[in-house]
Amino acid sequence: MTAALQLRHLHKTYDNGFVALKGIDLRVEQGDFFALLGPNGAGKSTTIGIICSLVRKSRGQVQVFGDDLDRDPAATKSHIGLVPQEFNFNVFEPVEEILINQAGYYGISRRVARPRAAELLRQLGLWDKRRQMARDLSGGMKRRLMIARSLMHSPRLLILDEPTAGVDIEIRHSMWQFLTEINQAGTTIILTTHYLEEAERLCRNIAIIDHGRIIERASIKELLGRLQVETFVLDLARPLAQCPAIPGYVLRLRDPHTLEVDIDKQRSVNDFFAQLSQRGIEVLSLGNKANRLEELFLRLVEQNKS
Amino acid sequence: MSLREQYIAFQTILIKEILRFVRIWIQTLVPPAVTTALYFIVFGSLIGSQIGDMDGVAYIDYIVPGLILMAIITHVYGNVVASFFSAKFQKNIEEMLVSPMPNYIILLGYVAGGVARGLAVGLIVVVIALFFTELRVYHWGITLSIMLLTSVLFSLGGFINAAYARNFEDISIVPNFVLTPLTYLGGIFYTIKMLPEFWQTVSLANPILYMINAFRYGMLGVSDIDVGVAFALTLAVTAGLFVWALRLLDRGISISH
Repeated sequence: MTAALQLRHLHKTYDNGFVALKGIDLRVEQGDFFALLGPNGAGKSTTIGIICSLVRKSRGQVQVFGDDLDRDPAATKSHIGLVPQEFNFNVFEPVEEILINQAGYYGISRRVARPRAAELLRQLGLWDKRRQMARDLSGGMKRRLMIARSLMHSPRLLILDEPTAGVDIEIRHSMWQFLTEINQAGTTIILTTHYLEEAERLCRNIAIIDHGRIIERASIKELLGRLQVETFVLDLARPLAQCPAIPGYVLRLRDPHTLEVDIDKQRSVNDFFAQLSQRGIEVLSLGNKANRLEELFLRLVEQNKS
Repeated sequence: MSLREQYIAFQTILIKEILRFVRIWIQTLVPPAVTTALYFIVFGSLIGSQIGDMDGVAYIDYIVPGLILMAIITHVYGNVVASFFSAKFQKNIEEMLVSPMPNYIILLGYVAGGVARGLAVGLIVVVIALFFTELRVYHWGITLSIMLLTSVLFSLGGFINAAYARNFEDISIVPNFVLTPLTYLGGIFYTIKMLPEFWQTVSLANPILYMINAFRYGMLGVSDIDVGVAFALTLAVTAGLFVWALRLLDRGISISH
């Protein structure tokens, strides 16, 4: 099957001499939810910029659903929807107008664009704001506006460059749900993010880019399987004065009621709990460190709503 | 993109541009009305009545074509330079660059937006002029075509200025230090026949002189310049600016190199 995205030997040296990409080869399959990760300055945004025609490549090949960016730029561009890292809409335009104009740039008439914009504005919770100037939206609304704008021409490949940066947890979760739904409906999604939990939750495959090279390309499952240690947070029934020492486990006492432990995947969790029982330490509940606070926050928000 | 899709993309930019200047009409459409009214009061009624005829025409009638075209030139240029630079500055030009729309549609869209502003301002100035004098048109074809051509030319000029501009200062240099002097010395208020021969020759290097005289010929039937030469020059400059602007877009405005 034709790849949704195929990059071959992609190089980029900027006019100031900075070498951003040193030969990127990447294939993203149709229907995938793909994470492109890497530290700041690794080359993620340059790669996305080249795919979306905002950065001129030095050499290499970009193909989107089989269309070559050099040979048929119009066809290639029409497959892609971009949600950039920075807000780049006209803040002095009404929200609905921004969406209708974007559709127009893809040759979609206002008559067709209007119901499409209404549908996306409703889905992303912006319907009530449709006549407001974009500058009056909150940060989270602006992010959602950019997602809505990128979907106006129903792209087959959606590229999101840190879409949830600076967005509160509740909105982030609703955006995740929305993105999962459009991915399930058939849109291929490529995501860059600094929130690893976001990639872990949403994506099936991952590439890690550093210093202009892909240093890892694997499925999330495979990558997580390589983790040697998992961290758990334990709520204790009775307070502890000092951190207990249990041979073979790394423990940290966060506060008198909270104990954190790193458990090697090769070791038995039962053994650890047996050791706690021997020391008279009673555990009320157990959580995975990554999601704990977010889950609690969301539950509280939901409770407050109802 | 099919031709129909390209037309929709062009129409989108045009509507966007029209809505932009209509939304801020107090800044864009009222000032030319006020300024022109003042010109008519001061130069037309008060001073003009002391001057008498110019080139066989009452002075207030003589300055009408120049004032209309001056307002058009200033506002067309200002419209495109501000709008396109703002799109660059806010990066919303990227909305267009990621789309399949060809570069010439982007250019035509902005130019048409500038022309629309020019026509709106021209109409306002004509209405103001009617309070002070009776308007006549000697040749409709020449009047309308030179007005359209001048609007296109200065839209392209504004686009090129915005393409090169790196900050807000860069978009005010040309209007303040090039456009305004050339417009005032372009024969709006006088015929160059009044000037000594040397300054008459120097005036011929001012392109705006040709446009104002062609426009005056269209309205009043009098001109310091051969109308054919004025048309040829305006057309040639417009074509040159179009190629220049398109090349800038093809080279990549707001695209990282």
